[in-house]
Amino acid sequence: MGFKIIGSSVNRLDAVSKVTGKAKYTNDFFEREMLCGKVLRSPYAHAVIKAIDVSEAKALPGVIAVFTSQDLPKLKYATAGHPWSIDPKHRDIEDRMILTDKARYVGDSVAAVVAQDEIIAKEALKLIKVDYEVLPHVLDPEKALEKGAPIIHEERPNNIVNDFGNEYGDYEKDFMNAQHIMEGVYDTSIVQHCHIETQTAYAYIDTDDRIVIVSSTQIPHIARRVVGQALGLSWGKIRVIKPHIGGGFGNKQEVIIEPLVAAMTIFSHGLPVRYTMTREECFISSRTRHAIKFSLKTALTKDNKLQAIHVLGISNTGSYASHGHSIIMSATSKFRPLYNFKSFKIEPKTVYTNLPAAGAMRAYGVPQMIFALESHIDDICRKLDLDPIEFRKQNLVSVGHEDPISHVVVRSIGLSECIDKGKELIKWEQKRANYKEQTGDKRRGLGMACFSYFSGTHPVSLEVAGARIILNQDGSVQLQVGATEIGQGADTAFAQMVAEVLGISIDMVHVISTQDTDITPFDTGAYASRQTYITGAAVKKAALEVKNKILTIASRKIGLQIDALDINDATIIEKKLGKEICSLGEIAMEAFYDRTHSHPITSDTSVNIRTNAIAYGVTFVEVEVDMKTGVIEVIEIYNVHDSGTIINHKAALGQVHGGVSMGLGYALSEKLMFDEKTGRPLNNNLLDYKLQTIMDTPKIGVDFVETYEETGSFGQKSLGENPTISPAPAVRNAVLDATGVSFNKLPLNPQTVFEKFKTEGLL
Amino acid sequence: MNEMKKINLIVNDKTYQLEVDIRESLLDVLRNRLHFTGVKEGCSVGECGACTVLIDGVPTSSCIYLAVFADGKKIRTIEGLEKDGKLSKVQQNFIDEGAIQCGFCTPGIVMTTTALVESGNKFTDEEIKREISGHFCRCTGYQKIFDAVKKSLDDK
Ligand code: FES
Ligand code: FES
Repeated sequence: MGFKIIGSSVNRLDAVSKVTGKAKYTNDFFEREMLCGKVLRSPYAHAVIKAIDVSEAKALPGVIAVFTSQDLPKLKYATAGHPWSIDPKHRDIEDRMILTDKARYVGDSVAAVVAQDEIIAKEALKLIKVDYEVLPHVLDPEKALEKGAPIIHEERPNNIVNDFGNEYGDYEKDFMNAQHIMEGVYDTSIVQHCHIETQTAYAYIDTDDRIVIVSSTQIPHIARRVVGQALGLSWGKIRVIKPHIGGGFGNKQEVIIEPLVAAMTIFSHGLPVRYTMTREECFISSRTRHAIKFSLKTALTKDNKLQAIHVLGISNTGSYASHGHSIIMSATSKFRPLYNFKSFKIEPKTVYTNLPAAGAMRAYGVPQMIFALESHIDDICRKLDLDPIEFRKQNLVSVGHEDPISHVVVRSIGLSECIDKGKELIKWEQKRANYKEQTGDKRRGLGMACFSYFSGTHPVSLEVAGARIILNQDGSVQLQVGATEIGQGADTAFAQMVAEVLGISIDMVHVISTQDTDITPFDTGAYASRQTYITGAAVKKAALEVKNKILTIASRKIGLQIDALDINDATIIEKKLGKEICSLGEIAMEAFYDRTHSHPITSDTSVNIRTNAIAYGVTFVEVEVDMKTGVIEVIEIYNVHDSGTIINHKAALGQVHGGVSMGLGYALSEKLMFDEKTGRPLNNNLLDYKLQTIMDTPKIGVDFVETYEETGSFGQKSLGENPTISPAPAVRNAVLDATGVSFNKLPLNPQTVFEKFKTEGLL
Repeated sequence: MNEMKKINLIVNDKTYQLEVDIRESLLDVLRNRLHFTGVKEGCSVGECGACTVLIDGVPTSSCIYLAVFADGKKIRTIEGLEKDGKLSKVQQNFIDEGAIQCGFCTPGIVMTTTALVESGNKFTDEEIKREISGHFCRCTGYQKIFDAVKKSLDDK
């Protein structure tokens, strides 16, 4: 497209501050007399709190405040980081209070303490006496659906958060006329985000009687609103500031501790109070990824075309709705622009259990769905003796495909080329042939899996984004956006967009990385891989506005029409002749100081995007399975993505590496475990929860197919979450290729693999 | 119970005299008392490596190291790597290779890498991985971190 700065690999703008330790994260700010907050958590998975005695804790010297749900307004609120909906029917479920009066999982927040320091706060927790009436609990969502199961929320006695779905086409007929009907059940486990900075925030009341909260959040503007709702305060009374954050992956797209820390300062006369989750708390009392069990049934025509699909899904949301049914709805919508199903019936259920609440996590339900779908596709191919690549290619949607429910249109699709590249990179044909009929202790296999993903949340949610640009006297600019930099590199991508439009170098764009709800343009935040696509449109609009204002002054000065002028290398040029006229700085000086026309140049604008762009990609993987120990080694892995125009190659590569690594953890090792009898977590720490280390991570190959997406401000589509989606089914399919055994539940850790080999008689 | 002790900490070549609670970790003293906030806390139980500093040249998790043990020892943190306004080679490599995303694991890994470089030893790829394996990074999939470490060891 002839971009200069878009597409180049500029270094991240915040790299120097991060590599020198100067970048300030939430816990790097200190206030005099900062107090420490702590939470008393329930030891029971399900229990009524009959009485709490906090008198001894309150009496401990150094304790400032102790409070329980009794001391707080009886307001239930929703914690999901979604834009507010004016339509009450479209709101998240309000099922949570800052502190609970009934424990619904081991770790539920029962009481809070504020003390001079951490040691005293911990002492005080021990002095709180709680009288629990322990209730039977349920961890398995299928059991939670049974008659007589423990009731977790009185408002929903059947434990169903929601169960609406979708259906389209003549599904019954398609199944009746099918040549083949295939069925399979695919299940995933609970995993956790494991951002290295846990949830943390501090709050104080300023002299204007407003609550100021500094928080590690992806969604400052939403956090402000939810704090207001949770405490029954007017939203303008709250100010949320977001500094650098140490990773989020969706877990900070939720308002988890901000209302609590606001309450802590309220009970401490406005003194600053910090509350930081321990790693153990973070595992169970922030959010997790939903375990979802999908039962798929597909109908095929006689020429092996996918005709109809029936999806039954049970999503375990744990003790609170959090993002609730949105997760499985996202899962079951975002796979649809992949294969050309003529009809479908989708029956999802989101179910409460006495487990930690599940919420948003990188790719929002889609890894679960794609694990099911892409495993199922390989099962079909194996059964019908079809080539898994050819079969997929024959069934792909093409440009112009419109989803019958969401009406999202596919305007660009490079998946077929992605597949070709991946196939080439891994030497598919050659190796597949070589690995036929293996019998040894170590067997190799190849697998692949495709995915489709959205860019943002339209048409489900509002997609509003704001950007503000201020031109300085020297022609450089400040850029402010409400969408947050969370490590993904969004700020750098935005700066590239501004530099591209304004014809200036990247070092002339100063991005104000901190969001402050008092001064930052409104934007709902970082999630749904929306930033480059949605916020990117606002950034382009703001930059064009500034450019237009600059050229208006230049035109007045020079006498040429605005559209005869352009900016190149911070110089105003006459477009046609390429002739340099004056520096951008000169125009800026006039804008500031001209005695007649002074009007400093700024733009402050927003967009409401009502399109979506479908991104695609594929994973190709080669594994070696140790038949004796069940250990799976990834020999080679490649992810090839169609994310439209790549704004910054270096940053894009980083996103893919991190996403694939997370996907491999999902495939092979990660699983948060609980004791059936008590509901207690068994491995909520970084030693026992098997997060990928550098030793476990193979070399990750990456490539891109750059389509141009017309609806993207620079041709771009989503990328951030996408790489996490397809590694797990690709690995599973490779293991199937190597051993002939289909693993239909994640993760494929050595124990599971070993046990399955045993039951299959391979050992 | 809360016994205090006077200690001398030499942090990035500067001596600090402090009175610390004998239960305080070196991490807490560095961060909360001396404001070396480049030293990060990811777990406070020795699992993640974010709090790594060099104590007499040895990469150490400062969260499980009592401040009183560090009395008289030489401590180096990320804040001490820049010399005369210039980044160290290791720092520059981390930037150029694209090894930084959220940056929370970065200071710890840069310190461990600095120790590897200064050891003057040679490392195979496997050995590099083993040396870095005490650090968790959830953002990068370690690809570019590995490249940055390798480049740092190569460009000596
Ligand atoms: S904070 Fe010290 S190892 Fe995690
Ligand atoms: S860069 Fe985020 S944890 Fe390593």
